[in-house]
Amino acid sequence: MLKVLKYSFFDLLRSRWTYLYFLFFLVSAATLLYLSSGTSVAVISMMNLEIILIPLVSIMFGTIYYYQNADFNKLLLSLPIKRSKVFLGQYLGIVASLGFSFVLGISIPFIVYGIFYTSYWDDFLYLLIVGVILTTIFLSLSFLIGVNNTNKMKGFGLSILTWLMLAVIYDGIVLFVLFLMEQYPLEKITLILTILNPIDLGRTFIMLQSDQAALLGFTGAVFRNFFGTKTGISVISFVSLLWVGIPLYYNIKKFKMKDF
Amino acid sequence: MIEFKHLSKNYQKKKVLKDISLSIQAGKRTAVLGPNGSGKTTLIKTLLGLVIPTNGEILYKGSTVSKKWSYRENISYLPQITNFPDNLMVKELLKMINDLRGGTAAYQQLIERFGVDNFLNERIRNLSGGMVQKVNLILTFGFDSDLYILDEPSNGLDPTALIKLKELIFDLSGKGKSFLFTTHILPLVEQLADEIIFLLEGEIIFQGSISTLKENHQTNFEQAIVQLLQQSDKFRGGNPAQQQKIS
Repeated sequence: MLKVLKYSFFDLLRSRWTYLYFLFFLVSAATLLYLSSGTSVAVISMMNLEIILIPLVSIMFGTIYYYQNADFNKLLLSLPIKRSKVFLGQYLGIVASLGFSFVLGISIPFIVYGIFYTSYWDDFLYLLIVGVILTTIFLSLSFLIGVNNTNKMKGFGLSILTWLMLAVIYDGIVLFVLFLMEQYPLEKITLILTILNPIDLGRTFIMLQSDQAALLGFTGAVFRNFFGTKTGISVISFVSLLWVGIPLYYNIKKFKMKDF
Repeated sequence: MIEFKHLSKNYQKKKVLKDISLSIQAGKRTAVLGPNGSGKTTLIKTLLGLVIPTNGEILYKGSTVSKKWSYRENISYLPQITNFPDNLMVKELLKMINDLRGGTAAYQQLIERFGVDNFLNERIRNLSGGMVQKVNLILTFGFDSDLYILDEPSNGLDPTALIKLKELIFDLSGKGKSFLFTTHILPLVEQLADEIIFLLEGEIIFQGSISTLKENHQTNFEQAIVQLLQQSDKFRGGNPAQQQKIS
């Protein structure tokens, strides 16, 4: 598995898309840090950028990569290697390369800016953690789409739709549900709805950590009151793990039974 | 060496292989023939574990291949269409496959034989189709296997490379290696194959040597194949038992 991982990683590191992704984060983090009115504003803007963009790029890039590799997989799977190892190697390879571009892309400007000499250094670390978790989750979802759809166009369509659903439409639905159920206590519903969406999970994680819960309004307050910060974080971490683990488990199972 | 027992494969409602039973002996060069969509590639892929059969069993050297992977240490496979990772250089791809197969590759002679020396530092996406096929051949023949499975090996090759490929196959065959290959080029089959398996719509309509086929039909190889197809056309839709009689 490690050998497959190594080669996927190096293959992807040379793709110009990986460079573009790296450069994008480099430039946007630098711009935000040096042009914003304060560090906290820059962190929050960066968070808003990453929780929208990382899912989009990860799910699209993952789907493209999966389809691109479909032919090569025929060769890899004819070698004396277990199927699950081929799958995991490629998955972890793309997680590593996208994760690496992102981490490096935002770390350089933040470190040069001197984030570790400010009181916001922990917020910066949370930005990194959430970015990597979102990368892992959305790549897992992209492989889920790839494994289940041989038709590329359908796969790409589903990827965009999944992103649109979780990043944009979902918030609308949440608002609508809350509006409909105005007369009832909404804490539990808000909580459940947040947990069901990895993008909201990421947002809540950073908010809870960075003492900016007020910005999250109702959801932040509910999370605070209901769990207290530490429990909240544990729940978020656990649910994130499920978001990665469940699709991944299903993917491997399906990949083992698939015809190539 | 290889035994297919009552093998069938359905893709949703489409039956690609229909209750195929056959055995392939070690040390032979066996060609799998048939029109497009007759199930040739699917048959080969079931042996490699790339396609999971709906029913039936495959034995390789006496043991089942179902859910196993280590038996493939003894098999080299040349896939039909290969999209290698775009960004790797040829030498990196060779190294990668060697790493994955446990570092037993002997590439150098093949690199010289197929004239790939000057392309080792090229990215794969910059290679022509024929050159990619040469790389594909090096990856297949770079390992000492008992069985070589070749899916359309002559694809995109220039005449010189094709002659070199044939020489290579005869060399290895002389050392007792077995071959299972598919191709649409009948003269190539006539030159290379000891034995042919003819598939039509997922069923075997002939298995035997080329000379037997020619004797049966009292004509040359190409005409015999044409007659075989015409005969089976007459039986199509009829009783499968009748089709068996042809073989």
